[in-house]
Amino acid sequence: MKYVDEYRDGGLAREIAAKICAEATPERAYHFMEFCGGHTHAIFRYGIPDLLPDNVKMIHGPGCPVCVLPIPRLDAAIELAVTHGVTLCSYGDMLRVPGSRKRSLLKAKAEGADVRMVYSCMDALRIAQENPEKEVVFFAIGFETTTPPTALVINQAKKLGLKNFTVYCNHVLTPAAISNILESPEVRELGVLPLDGFVGPAHVSTVIGSQPYHYFAEEYQKPVVIAGFEPLDVLQAILMLVRQINEGRAEVENEFSRAVTYMGNSRAKQVVADTFELRRSFEWRGLGVVPYSALKIKDALSEFDAEKRFIVDYRSTRENKSCECGAILRGVKSPRDCTLFGDPCTPENPLGSCMVSSEGACAAYYSYGRYQERTFATDQSHPAA
Amino acid sequence: MCLAIPVRIEEILGDETAMADIGGVRKEINVALIADLAVGDFVIMHVGYALNKIDPDEAERTLALFAELDALSQQDIIEAAE
Amino acid sequence: MTEQSRTDSTDGNKRHYSHTLDLSKGKVEMVHGSGGKAMAQLIDELFLNAFSNPWLDEMNDQACFQLSAGRVVMATDSHVISPLFFPGGDIGCLSVHGTVNDVAMSGAVPKYLSAGFILEEGYPLADLQTIVTSMAAAAEGAGVYIVTGDTKVVERGKGDGCFITTTGIGVVPEGVSMGADRVTAGDKIIVSGSLGDHGVAIMSLRENLTFETTIESDTQSLNDLVAAMVAVVPDIHCLRDPTRGGLSATLNEIAQQSKVGMQVYETEIPVKPQVKAACEFLGLDPLFVANEGKLVAFCPAAKAEQLLAVMRAHPKGMDAAIIGDVIEDDLQFVQMQTAFGGNRMVDWINGEQLPRIC
Repeated sequence: MKYVDEYRDGGLAREIAAKICAEATPERAYHFMEFCGGHTHAIFRYGIPDLLPDNVKMIHGPGCPVCVLPIPRLDAAIELAVTHGVTLCSYGDMLRVPGSRKRSLLKAKAEGADVRMVYSCMDALRIAQENPEKEVVFFAIGFETTTPPTALVINQAKKLGLKNFTVYCNHVLTPAAISNILESPEVRELGVLPLDGFVGPAHVSTVIGSQPYHYFAEEYQKPVVIAGFEPLDVLQAILMLVRQINEGRAEVENEFSRAVTYMGNSRAKQVVADTFELRRSFEWRGLGVVPYSALKIKDALSEFDAEKRFIVDYRSTRENKSCECGAILRGVKSPRDCTLFGDPCTPENPLGSCMVSSEGACAAYYSYGRYQERTFATDQSHPAA
Repeated sequence: MCLAIPVRIEEILGDETAMADIGGVRKEINVALIADLAVGDFVIMHVGYALNKIDPDEAERTLALFAELDALSQQDIIEAAE
Repeated sequence: MTEQSRTDSTDGNKRHYSHTLDLSKGKVEMVHGSGGKAMAQLIDELFLNAFSNPWLDEMNDQACFQLSAGRVVMATDSHVISPLFFPGGDIGCLSVHGTVNDVAMSGAVPKYLSAGFILEEGYPLADLQTIVTSMAAAAEGAGVYIVTGDTKVVERGKGDGCFITTTGIGVVPEGVSMGADRVTAGDKIIVSGSLGDHGVAIMSLRENLTFETTIESDTQSLNDLVAAMVAVVPDIHCLRDPTRGGLSATLNEIAQQSKVGMQVYETEIPVKPQVKAACEFLGLDPLFVANEGKLVAFCPAAKAEQLLAVMRAHPKGMDAAIIGDVIEDDLQFVQMQTAFGGNRMVDWINGEQLPRIC
């Protein structure tokens, strides 16, 4: 596959890793946060921690829209399917996430609710067209990558004059989340969460461009390197971050230059701006309430807003007291620090979102990281490149 | 950031749709967000929508960067690709 | 029992019906499952017509046969696949191949099959005939006989068109003793061909996952391949076909049963480029995708190259490859060295993989 395979070359990976090992000064540690869940997944899937030196550590950030969706919002989606009897269309990612009282969309489907998995929001639109007697709700989640398709589909629904299609909008914004992390006490007060720089999201950046990250680099003096989705991209970005730290720079660099420009995709940004507006605040699982961090559908398009068409009861719920998803999402704790990790919380029986999403830190750690734990225990040396 | 993949545009089907190919699998995708699309272009596809074009020169430059060749050799590679 | 031709055995039992079954436009009706004349006609004109063999043609409620000496193996499988027709096959041939393979994985030579049908009221007889014809062809291709069966009909809405349960019987030749608990550290792991074909072919038809691909299901019977393998290397430790759950499920199950670990190599695992591409954009891992015409063999290291050669010489094993080793491991992990050189776990996932957007 072109533009994919070349960026997965094992030989080149070892060369870049060797450079990282050579250039990371042994006297200090480097802590970089990869914001995106997709990067977390790639890091574990390709065994990148194996290739990095001991003093370069990756912290897994909250860039997984599945992981940060608060329970009341998921409960509301389940309620739409169960109580309001709508045909609820959802991306595969959300189907197994546990809401309160151990319910999930998949369990609701097993009990008779009309829950359908879709690969794309345009499939939800098609279901609405083909079933005019049913109320169809599309459960929209995702960061800026996924928002333009939702915007297009709402506009398409308007053009078609559909009366039975609405969107339950949970789109969230990357810069706001990065701000929140940088502003958090754990980062601002030294020691708890040492954070030296960010590996910036790949596909979000193709839409928003590299421009929004300059604020963080300047204001907080943290380097940001936007990295492509492939493992060589991630390794190269880590090398570039190490160099910035060594040279005392705090800039925005773009490793994913083949798809990311300074301004991003203006058509995409325009259609999003025409369709959505900012919510004053939105509660994120783990991060708490973050101002201006999420989108809702504009009033002019309220006939397509599920929250206007249906009354949904947002009961706030208690998370399992021992669940550490919040702290893990902020990078403050590691999965091992959670008393529920591994027993009883496992991918087969997930208690929190970090374990159910395939790129949640806990799931990734459970699948790939347990091996490394054991390697630490049995070998004296760290199996780096 | 989400799961997105580079695909090649095989055929432009209308104002907003095109047939894309990835590794021999063909899929109809929405291209409303791309300006000046041409057959042979590569775009990044996410949930059935094209989000951005891939710049072939930048792609080559990035690969050369991985191998950390000097500026002169990078130029050779780009010229050879054209 | 002596061989009897079909004409002989059915002449005496020949029934007469006032009109033939309308196979082109007719539908399955409740009466076809009620044990009366209509059911007899369905069996006669549809099933017997296709499956005809001396045992079935006797039209008893049971089949009586002799088996050669040796340990008897029995396996059963229920098939509920949807859609019923897919690129490369259908529920009919799948139900034959599946059970033939289950029997063959013990090293046994499969001989006789039973077939139970649960049909939904309203299901087109033309489609049923296509399925039955396909089963007959599959059975003939595998050298097995469908010797007894059953038909039931459920009300419209209570079935998915057609469910099929097949049970198979075979005999294990002397000197062959395979089992999931026989795998030992040092064994080599060999797959018979490319992985993920069936799952991707099915997914291309599932609602809401529209993509065009020429990938076909790999459904096929493997008993001839197994016979060739066992003839040359009778001390294979274990064979298994990686169906639901893919290669990962098979490796993890066996690791647990034999109390060993496994180390496989990503670069050695054969996956067709189109399967790889489809998995990429759906966010799936080919290791977890179902196969219906492949097997995994665990054999003593000294015999591995020889076994590989036999497999590759057979049309159903041309793309066979040694993908890894069985190792000592109390934790019974299945690990894979990635193309990158790093190691990762190949976990035993719960339930089916779902396509993802993140």
